[in-house]
Amino acid sequence: MEPNLNTDNPAASPEQRRQALLEGAQATIPLIVGAIPFGILFGTLAEPSGLSLWATLAMSWIVFAGSAQFIALGLLAGGAGVGVIVATTFVVNLRHLLYSAALVEQVRHLPQYWRVPMAFFLTDETFAAVSNRLLQTDKDSMQKAVAHWYYLGSALAMWGNWQLCTWLGIGLGEAFPDMTNWGLDFAMSVTFIGMVAPYLRSQKQGRTHWHTPMLICVVSAGLMALATWSLPHKLGLIAAAVTGICLGYSAHLWQQSRQEADA
Amino acid sequence: MNELLLIAGMFIVTFGVRYILWGSAGRFRFPPWLSDALGFVPAAVLTAIIVPAVLMPQGELWLSAANPYMLAAMASLVISLWKNNLLLTIVFGMTVFMLLRVLLPG
Repeated sequence: MEPNLNTDNPAASPEQRRQALLEGAQATIPLIVGAIPFGILFGTLAEPSGLSLWATLAMSWIVFAGSAQFIALGLLAGGAGVGVIVATTFVVNLRHLLYSAALVEQVRHLPQYWRVPMAFFLTDETFAAVSNRLLQTDKDSMQKAVAHWYYLGSALAMWGNWQLCTWLGIGLGEAFPDMTNWGLDFAMSVTFIGMVAPYLRSQKQGRTHWHTPMLICVVSAGLMALATWSLPHKLGLIAAAVTGICLGYSAHLWQQSRQEADA
Repeated sequence: MNELLLIAGMFIVTFGVRYILWGSAGRFRFPPWLSDALGFVPAAVLTAIIVPAVLMPQGELWLSAANPYMLAAMASLVISLWKNNLLLTIVFGMTVFMLLRVLLPG
């Protein structure tokens, strides 16, 4: 497909841009509500995990990746080195490649000064909130002219909220220093369990099934994590994740080839 | 621990992953097999963190009905598979965990 240069697009008025910005922020509200507890928890757990105040704020400000920030805290508390934390961050954030791949046709006509901030603000929540609207803009040139403002509205609302929650969490942690004895170390585990469980089920013809390759992935990753736990710098985490991904993907290929043989 | 290096490193890999496809405006594409394989990344990484955290909370394998981390994790998994609601899972799991810590010996 030829890149669409949009020479026939009508220019959006400031009023239409403002409207799109507000609508984008509005569409993200439910997801923002879901992110609030994690932002607060991140701020609260940061100091007990060994992160200084400025680094906690900087992480929310410029890294801006909820699950990676959480995992970094867990690794820091376990005594991991910078290399392992950065490598884990990379692996955890690889899913953003999927999001940006899904929207690449919607952003390629924009100048770099738009694409850079849009990439910086790309999160699970903003992707979930904007992808439908952005993917429908091909049919409507006026919508397309303001789609990036819609995205920016979602992104700024999400980012602003994340900063507020981080501050709030830091404040709570200082007000109640013994909060870490309340079992907050389990809070991270239970959060991750709630994030993993949906992957284990898949919808097929309206019915829910176990997702066998995903089960193989998590069981092998879990066993490997136990077996490699004593490796230095938490390197076992990387070994376990790679094992799970390879075995899960192999099972997926095997399942696919079997389905093709059946068909 | 060099925190400046940590933040800079995390920023570079996070922004890099988010920007590479948009920055090159789709000239750089990745094959379908890679996106299938990437689908396994979050579950694998999160599980590799959870399992040692709940089965080895003190650094040694603790497979026992007196391990509140393990029991609360199992309860959270069940409720999460059943209700598929993240906030409910967290509230329920934390409640079970705190009760177990009070009730269990040790």
